[in-house]
Amino acid sequence: MQNIVERLLSGDRRALARMVTLIENEAPAARRYLAELHQHTGRAHIIGVTGAPGAGKSTLVTRLVRELRKRERKVGVVAVDPSSPFSGGALLGDRIRMMELAGDPQIFIRSMASRGSLGGLSASTRDAVRAMDAAGYDPIIIETVGTGQAEVEVMRAAQTVLVVCAPGMGDEVQAIKAGILEIADIFVVSKADRPGSDQTVAELAMMLSLDPARRQHDKTLPYWKIPVLRTSALKDEGLVELADAIQQHRAYLDASGQLARRAHRQVRSEIETLIFHTVASALQESVSAEEWQHLVEEVTARERDPYSVASELATRLGLSHT
Amino acid sequence: MAQNRPIRVLVAKPGLDGHDRGAKVIARALRDAGMEVIYTGIRQTPEMIVEAAIQEDVDAILLSILSGAHMALFPRIIELCKENDIDDVLIAAGGILPDEDIPAIKALGIRGCFGPGTSTDEIIAFVRENVQADRLSAEV
Repeated sequence: MQNIVERLLSGDRRALARMVTLIENEAPAARRYLAELHQHTGRAHIIGVTGAPGAGKSTLVTRLVRELRKRERKVGVVAVDPSSPFSGGALLGDRIRMMELAGDPQIFIRSMASRGSLGGLSASTRDAVRAMDAAGYDPIIIETVGTGQAEVEVMRAAQTVLVVCAPGMGDEVQAIKAGILEIADIFVVSKADRPGSDQTVAELAMMLSLDPARRQHDKTLPYWKIPVLRTSALKDEGLVELADAIQQHRAYLDASGQLARRAHRQVRSEIETLIFHTVASALQESVSAEEWQHLVEEVTARERDPYSVASELATRLGLSHT
Repeated sequence: MAQNRPIRVLVAKPGLDGHDRGAKVIARALRDAGMEVIYTGIRQTPEMIVEAAIQEDVDAILLSILSGAHMALFPRIIELCKENDIDDVLIAAGGILPDEDIPAIKALGIRGCFGPGTSTDEIIAFVRENVQADRLSAEV
């Protein structure tokens, strides 16, 4: 039998599915496989879709995939839903809305539980996307968990970020102004058949007009004017315009050099994350549960301070840092 | 890490009946038992269910059916699993399954049949015990 990497590269869907499982479970072989896959990645346009719970992300993704399929693209979707902080279990329901996409071999949908990550993605979402990229899916859409103000991890995983706002959340637009709204490359006002969508569009446009970066911008460089688009899944409107805008954003990223800059930032943060991970597991191995207990008690009793304990443990790991 | 990873389960409703309260109760109970449950919604064809099982790489497929069409739909699901070389996934069924059909259902390779009144604890225990250990232990 061919190995899993070769099977994945040749388009075997079960190999891709199993690869994502290995990645998700941090199987020992996963890093080695990912290292082999790396040279086959970097082709896909990665689109992030984020927004508050109930904003209409899954429905939007479904309709967007359908539009992209009309354009003959082979589309991957990673849909992240939250894990329970109590049981660790998760109910992954994004497929319910994506039912109409079933049966098309040019679409691959994978649900992932957030498994304790707080940034709107799971720790292995980026690597799962990479596996889909190597398997030839382009574009790949990442649907985040329903987000509030600070779950901006998707900007480190995607090249084009859609922020979905449903109408009737007027005050919420104000509330989330500083967090998630800053990462949008495209705003989508969903459920545009409902009353209040005009107001939501107007509020977003107003907010964007206040953006200082836009006024100070160097006029000689390509500039991306963040569009505010409206979609209605009910009336099947706005999806053509949205797919066009996504393509235009990718063209802008290429032309302006932003794509390379984003890639640079993402790769760096990824290497850092890998190192943190390595350090965390080394720490896990070198400090026993009993020792942890003891150290924590000492610090709690004010016999020692957390800084010197951290420094001592770091030295033990070979990380001497004052 | 790999040894303790959550069990992934597909809860699917094949056929045309639209009542999924039972499926949702099971899905919720498995979630609360620490499993990752992919729920597909109602009115799934065998093709949709098997495709979802492939893409999600689940450890178990739980089929919920109330319509009486199980002897038409289950064999097709099993056939599609075989066509796709799915041989390490636990398959079980629940819902309205007449006693006289159960030997035939089990003969298909569906390992558990759960009727009304089954406790969720029993189903949780069944999944935990029957999901193949080699899928859960250090992989590849």
